[in-house]
Formats: sequence, C-alpha cells, structure tokens
Amino acid sequence: MNVLDGIYLLLGLMFAAAAWLNLKDRGNPRHLRRASFWALYAATFLFGTWLPPFVVGCLAIGMALLAGLGLGKSGAAEPTDAERRAGAARFGNRLFIPALLIPVVTVLGTLLLQNYTPGGKPLVEMKDATLVALGLSVIVALAAGLYMLRQPFAVPLTESRRLVDAVGPVVALPQLLAVLGAVFAVSGVGQVVAALVGRFIPVDSALAVVCAYCIGMALFTLVMGNAFAAFPVMTAGIGLPLIVKLHGGDAAIMGAIGMLAGYSGTLMTPLAANFNIVPAALLELPDQNGVIKVQIPTGLALLVVNTLLMYFLVFRF
Amino acid sequence: MLTLIGVAIVILGFALRLNPLLVVVAAAVATGFAAGMDLVGIVSEFGRAFTQNRYMALVWLTLPVIGMLEKNGLKERAQALIARVGGATTGRVLMLYLFIRQVTASLGLTAFGGHAPMVRPLVAPMAEAAAENRYGELPPETRFLIRAHAAAADNIGLFYGEDIFIAIGSVLLIKAFLDQAGYPLTPLQIALWAIPTALAALLIQLFRLWRLDRRLQRELGNRP
Repeated sequence: MNVLDGIYLLLGLMFAAAAWLNLKDRGNPRHLRRASFWALYAATFLFGTWLPPFVVGCLAIGMALLAGLGLGKSGAAEPTDAERRAGAARFGNRLFIPALLIPVVTVLGTLLLQNYTPGGKPLVEMKDATLVALGLSVIVALAAGLYMLRQPFAVPLTESRRLVDAVGPVVALPQLLAVLGAVFAVSGVGQVVAALVGRFIPVDSALAVVCAYCIGMALFTLVMGNAFAAFPVMTAGIGLPLIVKLHGGDAAIMGAIGMLAGYSGTLMTPLAANFNIVPAALLELPDQNGVIKVQIPTGLALLVVNTLLMYFLVFRF
Repeated sequence: MLTLIGVAIVILGFALRLNPLLVVVAAAVATGFAAGMDLVGIVSEFGRAFTQNRYMALVWLTLPVIGMLEKNGLKERAQALIARVGGATTGRVLMLYLFIRQVTASLGLTAFGGHAPMVRPLVAPMAEAAAENRYGELPPETRFLIRAHAAAADNIGLFYGEDIFIAIGSVLLIKAFLDQAGYPLTPLQIALWAIPTALAALLIQLFRLWRLDRRLQRELGNRP
C-alpha cells in the first residue's frame, strides 16, 4: 500500500460516514437507497486497490442503477442562519485560514514532493505528487479548523454528508465518464469518427484543412468530453497527414493550438462533467447546464480565434 | 459504424435528461457489445478504468473542511469582506479571480482554485455579495447567473492558463504524440504557441464580465 492508497482510504471513510448518516435517517423514505449508494461508492475507495476489476465494475454499475431508480431528497440539516452569523461574528477572518491552507499546502506540498528526493528516490511517484499533496493539505486544514473553531470531531463528517448529498450521484459522474472514454478507446470509436470527418474535407485548401482540424477537435471533444481523447485521433487523422505533411505546416503550432481548439468543446459539453455538471450541482443551480450556457459564447469565440490563429501561424514558421 | 452506438446513446440520453450515470453505463455496455466484447469483459474493463480514475474524486476530500467552515459562517465572512471594498462589483471580483487563476495555472500551480475548495465557499459568495451590496436582495435567476459565471471563470482561467506551463499533462501529451510520429519537439516549443490563445481567452472573458456588470446595472440598477 502506498501513500495515495492511504488517502483513498480517507475518502472511503468520508463516503462511509455519508452512508451511515443516511442509514440512520429513518424518517426519509429513500434512506436505504441513499445509504446503499454511498456505501457502494465508499467500498470502491476502501477496497478498490485489492478488489478484482470485475467486482469494482459491478459496484459501479450498482451505483448507476440506484441513481437511475432515484435517490429522493436528502434529509441532511442545513446550518441555520443564526449558527452561521454567530460563527462569522465569533471567528471573523480566522475562518479564511483553513480554507486557504488547502491550496497553499497543496502547492507547497507538490513542490516539496517533486523536488525533495532523499537518496535519489522521490517519496511518492512524480505523477502522484499533486494528489498526495491535496490529501495532506486537507488533513492539515481539517486539524487547523477543528482546533481553531473548537469543533467536535463529528462536525466535518455531518457537514461532508450534507455536501455530498447536495451534489448527489453527480459526485461519481466524472469517474464514470472517464470509464466511458476508456471503453470508447478500446472499441476504436475515435478512428471511426476521424474517418468520417476525413471523408468530407477538400484537402487541397489549406484553410479547409485547418478548419476541419480545429472544428473537428472541438466537435470530437464535445462528444468525448475530453480534449485529451480527441487529440491523438484528430491529429493522426487530419492534423499530421494534411496540415503538416501535405501543406507543410509547423507541427508544434498545430499541436498546441489544436489542443486549445479542443478546449472550446470542453467548455460546451455536459460530458466534461467535472468542469461543467459538478460545479452546477455544487453551486446548487436549478439547471444542470447552467455553467455550460454561460461558457458557450466564450467557447465559440475562442474556436474562431484558434482557427484563425492556426491558419495565420502554422504555415509561417 | 456500429461502434458509434455509444455516442448516440450519450447524446440522446443527455438531451432527454435521463439520469446521467445510467446513460453513461448504458453507452459503455452498448459500445462494448458492438465491439464484440462479452459482458464479463465489459464489466471488468469498467471496474479497471473506474479504479484507475479514482483520482478524479479526490477533490471531494475537501468537503469536510469546506462544510465545517460554511457551518461557522465562512460565506458570511466572505460577503462582509467584499462589503468593505469600495468599488467592488460582481464583474470585477470575477475578473480578479479569473486573472489570478490563469496566471497561477500558467506557472503550473493548478491547485490554486477549483470549484469545491474556492468557487463554492469563497468566489461565488463574494461575487453575489458585491451585487447585493449595490442592488439589494437579488432575484434567484440573477443569483444563479452570477454563480455560473464564477464557475466559468475558474474553468476558463485554468484551461487557457495551464497550457503555457511546460510540465502540464496536455503539453506532455502533445509532445509524446508528436515524438512518436517523428516530430521531436521540446515542451517549451509547444507551450510557447499557447500564449496567443491564452491572451485571447483572458481578453474575451474580461470583456464578458464587464458586460455582466453592465447587465446587472441595467436589470437591477433602476428597480424601485
């Protein structure tokens, strides 16, 4: 077991607490379904490292089925106005300290974990540094908060239950969409889409090729929810053979601006759940597409900008 | 062509507002079958990828801290802080956050920000409070619009900032892919060409936030 597995255990305990508090909420007609949903999710973190993939797959599908049946409303108590006003008056700006400890410790921890290598060996794997630092920052911020605000240990758990209930099953959506991306990848969905796009381009026109690549990146990202999934497929299908090889464009410019053209798609798709659907739930917007609607004008404007930038730059350098 | 069935299910399912978890599972299973996998294989691939992508859920670990602070008045405090800043408007609060988010992301500090640790407890309440201080109680639609803009500022700052940093995932992905295709490049060569778009994104979003302020003024400024 490495450090990161330990942090996943903490996350598992947090979801287990949410399951337990929902289970005890007998007055709620959906308390069993709610408790089961969070218990299944908790299990994927508590035992995920050791369970066979097939079992984890069953747990995840079980969660989707429960969500499909409907989890009803949460019975979690919202903090009262009086409670919040009293806290704000009593603690003042000290309340910001634990909140700011999270990003500050994450950043410092990441730098430390990436650069401090006793005996030439890093403490954690490089790619895990930010994740481990995030976990550590939460432990630091939690300890600081409990101490400064003199809160009982149960408060963080009842409050995290309130918040995961407020966000609801969407909590697991980014992960499930990543799974869908993996299934799409093994099934070769990308190649089919690239072939379809490639069939309709007038390849002699440099402008048409650039448009096809940039708009294709955005569209493909819209469908896959992830520009990283779109990039290899569109670049192998259109970018390299047509822009770079046929018309003599610069590979670095094509790659950099092509990826950014894909981000326009990310801004506009519900499939980029962690950026678009999750914040809508977290901010308690009634419309799950509320964030996307605000981002569409920027996404379209930047798609035009990126297409023009590529057309005017890629053949010049 | 049959492999595209998953894409069709996703588009249809999201358009019909079916439960997104169910839509995603159905699309994955259908795509797997279309590609000739068996049920056990599909479920196993599902579990493998689910475990591999657990890191996406780590951000939820901040919720116990955020919840505890909220219960003790963090949002109220953020609002009081904004009330003391003369000249603070919703648009200006979000412009400042957008700028900080994009600059820190371009230095590789992508952990500065995020929807759970920053937008919900601090940025959105401040942006709402700035409007409340000027115009009084806000209609719910306005409140939701401001919150959506707060989330958008976080996304746009992050997306178009991080690509300037040489050691970020997207730059390394571009490099790895082009290396393999026979175009060896340094990360710096790639990151450099993200700068024009980063500036354009910043200018476009600043302009839109300036327009948001004008819109709030127009809609709420002359209320009786």
